[in-house]
Amino acid sequence: MDRSLYVAMSGAKETLLAQTSNNHNLANASTNGFKADLSAFQSRAVQGPGYASRVYSTDATVGWDNTTGSLAQTGQELDVAVQGDGWIAVQGRNGQEAYTRAGDLHVDVNGLLLTATGHPVLNDSGPISVPPYSAIHVGRDGTISIVPVGQQASTMAAVGRIKLVNPPANTLTRGEDGLFHTSNGLPADSDASVSLASGVLESSNVNVADAMVQMIELARRFDLQVKAMKNTDENAQITAKLLGLS
Amino acid sequence: MNTALWAAKTGLDAQQTQMAVVANNLANVNTTGFKKGRAVFEDLMYQNLRQVGASTSQNTEAPSGLSLGTGVRVIATEKVFTQGSFNQTGNSLDVAIAGRGFFQVNLPDGSLAYTRDGSFQLNAQGQLVTSSGYAVQPSITIPQGAQSVSIGSDGTVSATLAGASAPTTVGTLQLADFVNPAGLQPRGENLLTASAASGTAQTATPGLSGLGTLQQGSVESSNVNVVEEMVNMIETQRAYEMNTKAITTTDQMLQFVSQNL
Repeated sequence: MDRSLYVAMSGAKETLLAQTSNNHNLANASTNGFKADLSAFQSRAVQGPGYASRVYSTDATVGWDNTTGSLAQTGQELDVAVQGDGWIAVQGRNGQEAYTRAGDLHVDVNGLLLTATGHPVLNDSGPISVPPYSAIHVGRDGTISIVPVGQQASTMAAVGRIKLVNPPANTLTRGEDGLFHTSNGLPADSDASVSLASGVLESSNVNVADAMVQMIELARRFDLQVKAMKNTDENAQITAKLLGLS
Repeated sequence: MNTALWAAKTGLDAQQTQMAVVANNLANVNTTGFKKGRAVFEDLMYQNLRQVGASTSQNTEAPSGLSLGTGVRVIATEKVFTQGSFNQTGNSLDVAIAGRGFFQVNLPDGSLAYTRDGSFQLNAQGQLVTSSGYAVQPSITIPQGAQSVSIGSDGTVSATLAGASAPTTVGTLQLADFVNPAGLQPRGENLLTASAASGTAQTATPGLSGLGTLQQGSVESSNVNVVEEMVNMIETQRAYEMNTKAITTTDQMLQFVSQNL
């Protein structure tokens, strides 16, 4: 069997994988703090004797779109958005430090500050707990101050500071849980230059127009690969007919 | 079947839920004490098909792997407890809470529910009840023939009886507060019930312990912002359409294979 069939097949298969990644982005067009996956194809040459035409393709997730999603005003004190570059440190399921930009926070029944997905928000030493309060405010540097229950509005008490980090983008990877982790597994240093805005949420940064165009392009490319497979098949049929003994 | 189809399908599901939340908010734009809902999404787990950093030879490693996301899911529909605006009604049994806190209501099964809808009425026994007829806790009974009822900002309810010159105190309204009000479970009829996520109710006199004060003669209107909901609706509709398009396109790709090969 001619290997061109396999070359075309690898193209079609990997294009379908890229379409999955694109569909995932579209599905998350309204997930707060979501960063679009970027995928790219790489050529993988399989060299051997004869003409060097066996170049397969593989799809790769080369990273994520690092642009800031649009900011939506919500007016809730505990909705925070990172301004510019930077990440909010949270505790992942396995207890390790992880990073997110989804800032819809809330305080649970035990006073723990959690993200909407239920991950505890960290300060420099561990999860932040917030005592019962009658008013809460999140400052630009992540400092959380409250008016404790039963106190006057003049007695603001600082209860912790959200750990904000800004490691180089190439040292972060997205985990299977959708949170971002440092590639070496070590916690990133907190960065005082990262600032938070309170009362706003960062929406998904998926550019739906881009994703739609990407979707059309991938679909057409897929069609071409299938067409190439069909042509190879026809060539093989004709060869068999011409060389047949009847 | 193919993950590409399923990822887009989860998108449709999520947008459908978002639309239900928006529709419910819009439907309750005139409901007294209503708090708008908000759907919260999370990206689903990622499938790691090719590990990043895998060795490509003894000395080199792959700079990028392939991890495919599997879509989105709704993790919560939370209530947003911002203050609604006050509507002056002049009705002496209408009370609005300015600040945190909930009125406590006794349900027919004996358990407590919480509400911010303070448009109270009296039942045949003179007891203060909600529009659905559930008694307010602590129970307050207005004596028959009371000429006027006044409710102070600290919850003191007093009634002026016929022939009396000074009002008599007949009870005190108390407010309940929760560590995490967003964790309260809505159960219709403007009522919310406590859950494991909200914590137990802490009751206190209005105006103390960080609770709001009461305002007689007003009701708190819904905190739904119609313009915001319309924008949400447009966004939801477009996102829904695009996810539908993604399903159609993936379907066509697979159809092309089955027809041509």
